Amino acid sequence: MTAAQETLDVTVHRGTTRGARYDSFQVPAHASQTVLDVVSWIQQFADPTLSYRFACRVGMCGSCAMMVNGTPRWTCRTHIKKVAPDGKLLIEPLRNLPVIKDLAADMDPFFDKWTAAEAQHHPSQTRHDPIEPIDPTDATRAEADLGVECINCAICYAACDTVAGNPDYLGPAALQRAWTLLNDSRDDGRQSILDAVSGTGGCHNCHSMGSCAQYCPNDLNPMRAIAGLKRETAKSFFKGKRNA
Amino acid sequence: MLDLRLYMLQRLTALVMAPLVLGHLAVMIYAIQGGLSTAEILGRTQGSALWFAFYGLFVIAVSIHAAIGLRVIAHEWLALKGAALSLLTWGACAALLFLGLSAVFVVTVP
Repeated sequence: MTAAQETLDVTVHRGTTRGARYDSFQVPAHASQTVLDVVSWIQQFADPTLSYRFACRVGMCGSCAMMVNGTPRWTCRTHIKKVAPDGKLLIEPLRNLPVIKDLAADMDPFFDKWTAAEAQHHPSQTRHDPIEPIDPTDATRAEADLGVECINCAICYAACDTVAGNPDYLGPAALQRAWTLLNDSRDDGRQSILDAVSGTGGCHNCHSMGSCAQYCPNDLNPMRAIAGLKRETAKSFFKGKRNA
Repeated sequence: MLDLRLYMLQRLTALVMAPLVLGHLAVMIYAIQGGLSTAEILGRTQGSALWFAFYGLFVIAVSIHAAIGLRVIAHEWLALKGAALSLLTWGACAALLFLGLSAVFVVTVP
């Protein structure tokens, strides 16, 4: 976008997975404008029927992720001048997910896989037990800490070419949370996590292409977590547990 | 389409293949150096338990490794699944075993 340019050429995906079209809009350009600002402008001033999803606007909630010029991004923290210097924008719903309408992807498969990977806390104690001290310098804790900033935005899931080719694959986000819990001393689900990530859609399908780490807006590295799961399940295999 | 069992099978066969590939390449380079004839090569390999074991193991490892690899590619790129995918996996494994072991038997069994 040059200083002289006053409008942005914005093309937006409309419709659902079953029937889609693309609408074009001329959107006024502003300084420090984000992609979410552009989508909101269209919805407020050009077409109120445009559906999209957002909440916090500050990169915490993980709900505004979309494909921007073919790349998955958190739209609230993505500046136009960084991704569309020529002022041309193509905005689409997240890849690898069904579309509810326009820019709102159906997140159900993403969260269903989160559950299928046993990526939920398995309590080891009750509320009546004393609080367990956690040493932040412990190596296992440090490994768990690497993944805790995940905001469930599904950008890694949309970026993953293995998910695109293998719809059963659990995907980087779910597997990273499984790895985080495996390294959390407060989690008591080790065997169920290892079993859950060893099935036909499990961690072993990852080809280590690294798009998850490349596009994660929080600079997390799910590929590292998946490598960790492969290592732990392989160790478990040699100990005679064929299903990890 | 890879569960832990197939993943381990593919990694373990790769582990077996690594030294065998190096040995195979070394033999190929060595065998053509001084203009060894077919008869001279067969003279060394026929009746040799060592060459039978070397290439027999190689063929088994390759057949398993390649069949699992093809299975993944067919699933991700051709959307093959279920019985068709199993058929491809087992078919590829059987075909490679047949071709490879036929050659091993011909070259090493007198």
